[in-house]
Parts: sequence; C-alpha cells; structure tokens
Amino acid sequence: MKTFIAKRLLSSLVTLLVLSMIIFALVRASGNPAELLYEYPGAREEDIARQTAAWGLDKSWPEQYVSFVWNIARFDYGQSFQYGTSVRSLYFDRLPNSLLLAFWAFLISMVIGIPLGIMSAVKVDSWWDSVGKTFALLGLSVPSFFVALLLVLLFGVKLEWLPFLGKAEGFFDWQHLILPSLALGWFFSGAMLRLTRSSMLEVLGSEYIKLCRLKGLPETVVIVKHALKNSFIPVLTLAAVNLVVMINVAVVVEVVFSWPGIGRLLYDGLINRDFPLVQGVVVMAGVMIVGTNFVVDVLYGYLDPRIRLTR
Amino acid sequence: MVTATKTLLKVKDLYAQFTGFGGARVVRAIDGINFSLDQGETMGLVGESGCGKTTTCHAIFRLLPPAGRIVSGSIEFDGQDLMQVSDGEMRNIRGRDMGMILQDPMASLDPLFTIMDQVAEPAHHHRGIRGGTLRERVVDLLRSVRIPSPEVRMREFPHQMSGGMRQRIVGAISLSGGPKLIVADEPTTNLDVTIQLQYLNLLRDLQQETGVSLIFVTHNLGIVAKMCDKVAVMYAGKIVEQGSVRDIYNNPRHPYTQALIQSIPRLGNKDPLYVIPGQPPNLAELPTGCAFHPRCPFATEKCINEEPPYVSFGDGQESKCWLSVEDAKNG
Repeated sequence: MKTFIAKRLLSSLVTLLVLSMIIFALVRASGNPAELLYEYPGAREEDIARQTAAWGLDKSWPEQYVSFVWNIARFDYGQSFQYGTSVRSLYFDRLPNSLLLAFWAFLISMVIGIPLGIMSAVKVDSWWDSVGKTFALLGLSVPSFFVALLLVLLFGVKLEWLPFLGKAEGFFDWQHLILPSLALGWFFSGAMLRLTRSSMLEVLGSEYIKLCRLKGLPETVVIVKHALKNSFIPVLTLAAVNLVVMINVAVVVEVVFSWPGIGRLLYDGLINRDFPLVQGVVVMAGVMIVGTNFVVDVLYGYLDPRIRLTR
Repeated sequence: MVTATKTLLKVKDLYAQFTGFGGARVVRAIDGINFSLDQGETMGLVGESGCGKTTTCHAIFRLLPPAGRIVSGSIEFDGQDLMQVSDGEMRNIRGRDMGMILQDPMASLDPLFTIMDQVAEPAHHHRGIRGGTLRERVVDLLRSVRIPSPEVRMREFPHQMSGGMRQRIVGAISLSGGPKLIVADEPTTNLDVTIQLQYLNLLRDLQQETGVSLIFVTHNLGIVAKMCDKVAVMYAGKIVEQGSVRDIYNNPRHPYTQALIQSIPRLGNKDPLYVIPGQPPNLAELPTGCAFHPRCPFATEKCINEEPPYVSFGDGQESKCWLSVEDAKNG
C-alpha cells in the first residue's frame, strides 16, 4: 500500500507538471495582454512596452515558466492582471459559490442518471430502455447553453417562477440555484445514465449473474447485491471526475446565469488575457482532478477485493 | 441400481426455440426431446457444439436467454410439472431442489463477495439457515468438495483460488440448497487435464454420498463411460439415440453414435484419428428428412426425404434412424 501511494503521488506530480506546461504555452498563444491597451485612445508604443515589462512578460519563456512553477510550489498564483489582487484570493472567494452549484448539479445528475441507467439495463429493449436512451442522447447532445436558455425562457421569462440572474446574499439561496443546477446537472446525468446502463448490461450478461439466477436468488438480490456492486467501479470514477469538472469549468452555465463561480472567473480571465488568473484556475482544477482520482483509487480497494489485495 | 427407484425427472416432447430479427428467424434449439432420469442416476448428454445440450439444461431450470422460449412439452420433476408452477415457485425450486455447475469456473463466481457468502446463499435463501449453523454448513460443504482448511479459505475471494478450486466451490454452491438434481454443463472443459479426473472422481463421490441425480453434459465419450449410467446422444436439437452406457458402447445403433465412438482417440493406435465429415447443421436451416443425412455414410433416398421415427429396442435403447427400423424388423 505504501509503494502504491508513493507511485501514485509521483505520477500525479508528473501529470500536474505536464498540465502546467500546456496551460503556460496555451495562454501565451492568445497574444500579449498589454496590446489590449491599444483599445484606449492615446495609448502609445512605450505604454505597451512598460506594461509588458510590469507584468514580467518581456522575459524569456523559460524564465517566466520557472518563476510560474516556483510560485505554484509555494501556493502563489500571482497577481491577476485585470483585478490587481492575488489570484488565490479571487479563486477562494468564488469557490463556495461553485461548490454550492456543483453539489446540487452533481446530486441531480446522480439521482436521475443512476436509477434510470439501472432501469434501462434491467429492462433492456423495453419502454423504460427507450426513455433512458432518449434521455441520455438528449443529455449528451443538446448543448448546455441551449438547455440553460430554454430554462431561462420558460421558468424565468414566460412563467416568471424563478429568478435566473446572479446569486442573492446568504448561503441557502435555493431560488437562484434551481435553474443553473438543472442546466448543469442535465448534461452529466446523460453521461451517468449511459455509463451505468452499459456497465450494468455487461455485468448482467456475465456468468456469475447467470449462476446467481440458477441458484434461485430473488431478482432484487441479483440486481442490487451482485450486479450493482460489480458495475459501480466505472460509474464511481466518472462521478468523481464529473464533480471536479462541475466545480471548476462550468463556464457556459455560469456565464448564462451570471453565477459568480469559478467558471465565470475563468471566462473573465480568458477574455481579458489574464494569464495568472487562467493559469491559476486551470492548475487548481488539475490539482483537484488528480487528487480526486487518487481518492477514488483508494476507494476502489474497499469496493473490489482484487484491487485491495494486490497493493 | 436395479432396486426400486423413483423417477425424478421426466422430460416429455419438449420444444424450445430462439427467435431473432423480430421473429423473422426461428432457431429450433430443442426439437421434441424425451428422456427420464431416476433418483440417484447419472445421465450423460452428448453431442457436438450447438446441438442443444446447454439449452436443454437451461430449459430444465426454465431459465433460457431472453430470446429463447419453451414452446411446448412438459418437464415433470419430483412429482410436479415445472411448466405449470408459478415463477416464484420455480425460483424456489432452482437452487433448492436443483443445482447447476457451469462451464467456466473463472467466470462463475462473483469477484466481489467471499466464498462463504456465495456458498451460503442457496442455503440461506431456500432453507432459511442463519448464523452459526449457516457457517458450519458452509464449512461442511467446502470440506465435502475437498477445499483444504475451509474455515480460512471461506473468508477469501474467488481471485485467490485456482481454477480447479473454483470449480469445486461451484460444486459446493450447487449442493448448498440440498438438491435432488445437479446439472453439470461441461464442468471439466475449462480445467487442466490433471485436474479433470480429480473433479470427476469428486463429483462421483459426492453423488454416492448425497444420492443426487446428475445430468452430465459433455462431448467427451470417455467421461461418459466413466461417470454415467445412461447416455442420450443429441444431434441438431433432437436426441438421436439413448440407452444404457453398456448398450450404447457395445451396440451403437445410430450412425452418428457409431461415428462418435469411432472418433475417440485410442492409446497405441497408429491410424489417423477418425473424424466425422462436414459440420453440424445450422439450426435455423435444417436439412430435410433426417438432419444427419448430409454427413451420414449410410444415407439413402429415404433419409433425405423422410424423418425417421424413434425405434425402441427391448432393452430400453432407443434410436432415431431408418437403419434401426430395419434392425428392429430383422430382430
């Protein structure tokens, strides 16, 4: 178990290093942020040059990269170009909002996706299955901005039941939460449904399920005890990664609903070529994904004795 | 076993078929079979792949794959017709009164549960055995299938066992509910040759101890000679010949049985091994007349056009061939 953890930690570090290189290069491919100053009347060549130097963008890429990584190692993501404050405080200011939204969206995706997926697999090729498959297809293929706009149009504008812009003060503001979490959960419930269904189908076709039925076990025992537990490993992985994605990169939904979360922070950063902000958010998302995968890997051990004992 | 024995299982005119492509294609996997099995008796079910052996086994459990369906016929088991009992009652009969051993020991056990858990399930669900008694029963079962130190091994998981051990555990599961019949569907096909004999001896010993009846599916006639009291030879969904092991080996009536016996390899024989020419027929497009005629060395015009009837011989042997009709006439 110790060597397993050490190995996993090492590979996690390598993953994060590669991620930092990619995001470092990608943001710089978008152009020099100082050039955005040309939009202001009277901006001169030397103003641009001064601003570039002030942000440290006149140094060579290797130099910039080394200081970027060195700062990350000390949990310092630098100063945001546009806000002038530290990226870390910006990120952690927005994090509770994103966590709130992601939590409800995640719950919606699980509550819809997993039971429907199980039903589709158990009653394969039936009416249930058609409903499930249609739902999964819609969830995966209808873009979330479209769903978001439809929700706004129906519940916000036509029926005027729910507010759809921003977030009110107070942590338990459920009214502003409903539409964005539906829009965000929608897409992920489709993915959960499809994976649960295919995973269940594979297990239900296995020999040991056949033997369970030949043993005369009640169908609920066959499904809940044997089939569900066996089909849960891939579902667990997807669920964990989904959660991180919902927290960090729910860009479209947060923009449509003006939700003050991390996704919108990232969007602001991208639009304004705010390198430290974009880099910071992406690295934080990477850390979370790598960390979650690590936790999930440890959880597998509890679910599957084969994994537990080979470590 | 000449003593007054009771018939345990009697399959009469059983037809089962698979439908595909919205009913456009019908495969008659079991095409009117008849056989009976006494208590404590062992019957071998022999035939090439795809002749309906496995379907027959699953039909006895009334558990055909979703596309399959029993069309007609009766399965009398222990005094009741299984085709008439309710689904719930049928579920109780499975595991309690009949157990099954599947082909692939590596895939037959649920990887996430302990041996204890899986062996205990039939006893728990069908016999209501709980707690310490249940644990003792599992230990006894594992000991009876010769798992060393069962108290320790029962807490382990399937992946910690070898293939032979897993198949013995599947055997223990089939015995767990205290059944009257065990159906073993090619139980040794996926075992090492050295383990095969061991497993067969184990099955025979278990049968003698518990007095269960056994249906033994195989395509190995050598195993049949070792294990069984009687044999049914299947071809294209029909039983083409059945009788006692002695009669079938000494005096096979059907050309297919004769060919099967001829194709057993013999130690010290330098001649090339006999093979039956051709392939088993596609069950969706059966040949006319006798299904075996395209591969039969004795086929005549009559075999191509007319299906032969069952011919009974005095000693309980039965054969479905025009040649047997002649044999019976000539005495």
